[in-house]
Amino acid sequence: MKLDILKRILTAGFAASLFTCSFVSCSEETQDSEEEEEAEVQTLTVEDEAYYSRFKGKDISINVYNWGEYISDGSEDGTLNVNDEFTELTGIKVNYTNYATNEELYAKLKGGGASYDIIIPSDYMISRMIDEDMIQKLDYSNIPNFSYTSDSFVAPEYDPQNEYSVPYMWGTVGIIYDTTVVDIAKEDIDWDILWNEDYADRILMFDNPRDAFAIAQLKLGYSLNTEDPKELKACAEELKEQKKVVQAYVMDEIFDKMGAGEAIIAPYYAGDAITLMDDNEDLGFVIPKSGTNLFIDAMCIPKSSKQKEAAEMYINFMCEPDIAYANTSYIGYSTPNDAALDMLDDEVKNDGISYLSDEYLDNNTTVYKNLSADANQNMQDLWTELKSAQDETKNKWIVPVFMLSCVLLSIIILIRRYIKKKKDIF
Amino acid sequence: MKTKLIASPYLVWMVVFILVPLILVAYFAFTDGNGNFTLDYVSDVAQYSPIFVRSIWLALIATVICLLIAYPLSYILTGINKKSQSTMLMIVMLPMWMNFLLRTYAWMTLLGNNGLINSLLGFLNLGPFKMLNTEGAVVLGMVYNYLPFMILPIYSVMVKIDKNVLEAASDLGCNARKTLFKVVLPLSLPGVMSGITMVFVPAISTFIISRMLGGGGNLLIGDLIEMQFLGNSYNMNLGAAISLVLMVIVLLLMTIMNQFNTDDDVVLM
Repeated sequence: MKLDILKRILTAGFAASLFTCSFVSCSEETQDSEEEEEAEVQTLTVEDEAYYSRFKGKDISINVYNWGEYISDGSEDGTLNVNDEFTELTGIKVNYTNYATNEELYAKLKGGGASYDIIIPSDYMISRMIDEDMIQKLDYSNIPNFSYTSDSFVAPEYDPQNEYSVPYMWGTVGIIYDTTVVDIAKEDIDWDILWNEDYADRILMFDNPRDAFAIAQLKLGYSLNTEDPKELKACAEELKEQKKVVQAYVMDEIFDKMGAGEAIIAPYYAGDAITLMDDNEDLGFVIPKSGTNLFIDAMCIPKSSKQKEAAEMYINFMCEPDIAYANTSYIGYSTPNDAALDMLDDEVKNDGISYLSDEYLDNNTTVYKNLSADANQNMQDLWTELKSAQDETKNKWIVPVFMLSCVLLSIIILIRRYIKKKKDIF
Repeated sequence: MKTKLIASPYLVWMVVFILVPLILVAYFAFTDGNGNFTLDYVSDVAQYSPIFVRSIWLALIATVICLLIAYPLSYILTGINKKSQSTMLMIVMLPMWMNFLLRTYAWMTLLGNNGLINSLLGFLNLGPFKMLNTEGAVVLGMVYNYLPFMILPIYSVMVKIDKNVLEAASDLGCNARKTLFKVVLPLSLPGVMSGITMVFVPAISTFIISRMLGGGGNLLIGDLIEMQFLGNSYNMNLGAAISLVLMVIVLLLMTIMNQFNTDDDVVLM
């Protein structure tokens, strides 16, 4: 889901393939694995076809706003194109667009002017949208497939009465690393590896304050939802310390930089990490024992939606076991849909990345909560300060030189004008 | 009357898409979330002054480098025969046929520690040098992306300089160097001015270049503004205030620039 910009760049077509193929080596393993998958062709069966035929022939369309690369789009042979299947089944057209961050989604909705019928924000953003009255209550009688949702995802903290959202995918954050370079046993890898000076300048870090602070909070043992200014300050200090060993602050680029061996350690989302590891066998992924962030992306309907019932039909469709299975196997994130989970191979279920033990999930993972506006602002300010902080040596000359050049420029102008004036007199 | 009628669609366009947004930026910069007048956000901008200084500094360096490359190039271009001129000009334009993001993205793979340049240097037993994620890489990105905007205005002004003027100069005893400084340079100054504007203004407000090539650790004003809208705290008032201050600074710098320009125009006339 975080691959949005990357995807946009790569779909630019010919030129893109030219670059990626000549500079990043195109691995042959990718092709092999694709050929294997061709063998099984997914099909769709729904239980209640009558339910889906309600809007047939009425020429309705819905606007779906989802993360990039976050749905099965049939681009691999044998996989379903979920949106096309929906249109075929119901006659409802789907206008599908992408966003890259929760904040982008929020800004789009808050700015008005955009009308969406389905959005898929993450946990903390859902509670923020509930608080700010931006999404509407769902009619669960229109979403019978909600019953497939695993118990642990019903009535979550961000939507305590479970009135507004239907979970779509979940996942955790872990550390992806190059096993050929990092000589620390997998069990011993914890968040502090991102501060390890042995790997200086080969470590990547998340480029958004919430995720970056979360890693510092995990390292320091604070709550991921702390609003205490002192704790946030301590996290900022910790991150400042880390800046010395960080090669770059990135989001989407982690995929490329890790894939090409440009960096060797990075925090990453489990689902994307699986995709990346399929391409590059040297990479390993570990979810640190000390704990991590658990995120849940759930489908909601904004207040501005004009096609609520059709949107609920889409949500229901996404909860169809076949569709949920198609999505989870395509994008690699974990599904909250029990029926789809049963269909998955044991190999996937027991890989220790996508699906974790209940014990670990209960004790070591934290879901983000919506922070107060003050805490958000505080975090943002600390983050800006951190990112704009320069090495002390640079700070010494940059301002004086700039001032000097400004003064020089003014003097030159004055002298020129003086000369001109003199010339004019004669 | 007729020209006014023809211009009217553009006038409407200007009002709706340039003037109104500008007024909105000013409105948000001077109000708080509830629409009450406040100066808080504008004064808050002061804390980001190091970022402003760095952005202006990097944009200045990029502009100067562009000028140093573009001016001799345009001068040489006008000297060669017409056919090669158009070929050369096409080569200048060629990178612009590709998407801006893609071009910057290509530099990432070129400059990386395992990138093409470092691999080539590796054959010579040099490096690897840290090139990506530095301020130098950001300046390089700016120069590369905005160079055509410097070359084209300078070239188009230079190519229009009457050859008879140059001949007259040499007739009157100017050598090649003197002709360049006394005749070509003053006559091409308007092109230089618009080239500087067209490079400096986008360079100072860029954010994607600093993010992709600067590794996110070299924050520029563009990044700062973007963070106010798409960052953790949705603070469009502060974002508008920073944008407004940036606009005022650019306006100031451009006025200083134009000081040069008009003076010369007067002299020419």
